[in-house]
Amino acid sequence: MTQAEIKLCSLLLQEHFGEIVEKIGVHLIRTGSQPLRVIAHDTGTSLDQVKKALCVLIQHNLVIYQVHKRGVVEYEAQCSRVLRMLRYPRYIYTAKTLYSDTGELIVEELLLNGKMTMSAVVKKVADRLTETMEDGKTMDYAEVSNTFVRLADTHFVQRCPFVPATENSDPGPPPPAPTLVINEKDMYLVPKLSLIGKGKRRRSSDEDATGEPKAKRPKHTADNKEPIPDDGIYWQANLDRFHQHFRDQGIVSAVANRMDQIFRSLPVGYNISKQVLDQYLTLLADDPLEFVGKSGDSGGGMYVINLHKALGSLATATLESVVQERFGSRCARIFRLVLQKKHLEQKQVEDFAMIPAKEAKDMLYKMLSENFISLQEIPKTPDHAPSRTFYLYTVNILSAARMLLHRCYKSIANLIERRQFETKENKRLLEKSQRVEAIIASMQATGAEEAQLQEIEEMITAPERQQLETLKRNVNKLDASEIQVDETIFLLESYIESTMKRQ
Amino acid sequence: MSQHFLEEERNVKVTDKWADLPPQLLQDWPGELTNGKLWEADLERHRLEEDQQISSWLRLGLRVGEGQQVFLIGSLNTQAPSTMASRGGGRGRGRGQLTFNMEAVGIGKGDALPPPTLQPSPLFPPLEFRPVPLPSGEEGEYVLALKQELRGAMRQLPYFIRPAVPKRDVERYSDKYQMSGPLDNAIDWNPDWRRLPRELKIRVRKLQKERTTILLPKRPPKTTEDKEETIQKLETLEKKEEEVTSEEDEEKEEEEEKEEEEEEEYDEEEHEEETDYIMSYFDNGEDFGGDSDDNMDEAIY
Repeated sequence: MTQAEIKLCSLLLQEHFGEIVEKIGVHLIRTGSQPLRVIAHDTGTSLDQVKKALCVLIQHNLVIYQVHKRGVVEYEAQCSRVLRMLRYPRYIYTAKTLYSDTGELIVEELLLNGKMTMSAVVKKVADRLTETMEDGKTMDYAEVSNTFVRLADTHFVQRCPFVPATENSDPGPPPPAPTLVINEKDMYLVPKLSLIGKGKRRRSSDEDATGEPKAKRPKHTADNKEPIPDDGIYWQANLDRFHQHFRDQGIVSAVANRMDQIFRSLPVGYNISKQVLDQYLTLLADDPLEFVGKSGDSGGGMYVINLHKALGSLATATLESVVQERFGSRCARIFRLVLQKKHLEQKQVEDFAMIPAKEAKDMLYKMLSENFISLQEIPKTPDHAPSRTFYLYTVNILSAARMLLHRCYKSIANLIERRQFETKENKRLLEKSQRVEAIIASMQATGAEEAQLQEIEEMITAPERQQLETLKRNVNKLDASEIQVDETIFLLESYIESTMKRQ
Repeated sequence: MSQHFLEEERNVKVTDKWADLPPQLLQDWPGELTNGKLWEADLERHRLEEDQQISSWLRLGLRVGEGQQVFLIGSLNTQAPSTMASRGGGRGRGRGQLTFNMEAVGIGKGDALPPPTLQPSPLFPPLEFRPVPLPSGEEGEYVLALKQELRGAMRQLPYFIRPAVPKRDVERYSDKYQMSGPLDNAIDWNPDWRRLPRELKIRVRKLQKERTTILLPKRPPKTTEDKEETIQKLETLEKKEEEVTSEEDEEKEEEEEKEEEEEEEYDEEEHEEETDYIMSYFDNGEDFGGDSDDNMDEAIY
């Protein structure tokens, strides 16, 4: 794992799980597989803290464990899985677009808790939905269950590996850690549950400020006493399936853009008929993007979507646009030229791009120094004398993609750090405004006069308000940038993965 | 030529054959391919090697004319191994010799070269082009709000482990009324222990003095499994620094452990009932008056 990735993981873990989990997590990412005692010793944290942290990490599928010989259990962190945390909002939003609010909340609960049983998810989501509904209305468990089943059928949620049931009682001592198994066909099997019930609305008298325990809350409510029907069957969000969806979305939107162009170039008044569709497909197949390939004429021609090529095109487009935004349109022109012609000499670049030599040189070296373009040597003579060697500029898409990906990780780390810095700077002000809001809310609940509310609001002066506004704007901008960079990361990672698989 | 590529690699491990040489010397090295540090980029070096494109990121050092330095950064093909050998032969023969043909790369004779870079690039280089605007619109707004909400939500979940509040010098009365964190360092939520390694379970411990008052009746004979369990517990007990298990206390503690886990529920309720007041009502008054430290324009009545 590169330094940039480790730094990013550290920031993510710290933001979502606190410093202790971060310390343990980062240590495991750096050092690989280690047993409990060694972790505690190397990080200098108490054994209890390490245990707590490991429980959290395992629950969230960020760390796995393995039993080695002599009963030693070793823990290993999954760096790439930690980086997925950046994408949580996108997964949840996708679920919303596909399965509406119910789906959204199911996926959200699964992501927030790592893994849950179906009954727990259904209950929690029903409660949450009921909160948002009008008074008197409740959400039925059956509806939530249905959505859950649909999510499982389309593979967006999957079962976690489980402890295999041992038929014969173990003669020796139980193993220090269970070995979890799962096979393909079980992964999406929904247990037969009859969940009957409705969501419960939280009564206002129970509402306390968060974090403070309720007095004399009964320790064991009725729910705990009932046997859970699907005990031991846990579900988690299937991130790969979401990734497939994103990838398809990306390709579809790229093609749609293309179709738009083609469509606009056709005369107005065309009504789409089967023939025209055929023509469209032929156009697409001939299109230099090479998204669609024609393979055979059976059934009127079979069209195949060439996924690898599609991903390659998307990655290339990303690179082009980065060059354009960073270096300007002339550089972009040179870049596209070299991309198209594969290998070009210095002279040829100047000629084809129609850019004066000095500028062309300057731009080429700028791009070279940032590793978008690379130099390829082709010796004319066996002794590789420099005066008799060709030096060609070329774009190696794979390595350029890797370089850009690495930069993306750094960018996000910087964005997160800046956001944390901004928030810390204004911590006092933020707390003050939160307190004021809380006071206003409680006063409104008890029915206060307008004048009193006015007075409380004035506790925050105008320049302070200004400062808060600026802070909010900045934080929003930084957050939105993070989301944007993550989309680029997804594209590049998909391309790199697809390329590595083919080799 | 900017050296900010170099700057980025500063975090990278460096395997350095000439680590003790001052950097100045490296710049004066006669034009040679590997005239400087051999950066072992752990920047996916192994993956790049799989690609068979790049064996390592190298820095080309050239000498052009007198006193002017040009640094060109490029990636080389491993298909030209003999170039290294031939260039090694040319070392020291003449300072004006270059490693490649200047004209081919595009530097004409007598062309003004950019000034040498003698320090790392600025931390915030000037932005030449304005960045592209961020996505706005319904989807963008919603995802943004989601992200911020998620961040806040995760801080409130029991998975967010806060470091233990440092004990204050003197025990205060208000401490009794403030429950900070779960009892005895255990975790707030209940994972499925069947899925986790046994060593991760933290046994809930009560302070020794609370237990001495509980007199225990004779326990029924233990099964072998219980013995294992209790031996396990004893092992975990041994690890804790607070407790020293002596031979005499062994049995008593075994029994107390069993008793205590069953009585946990009772004890917690008892603990809660110790105070006559509802916890949430307590306001220790520390926040009063400590807020408005600035702009004391108005008088305080």
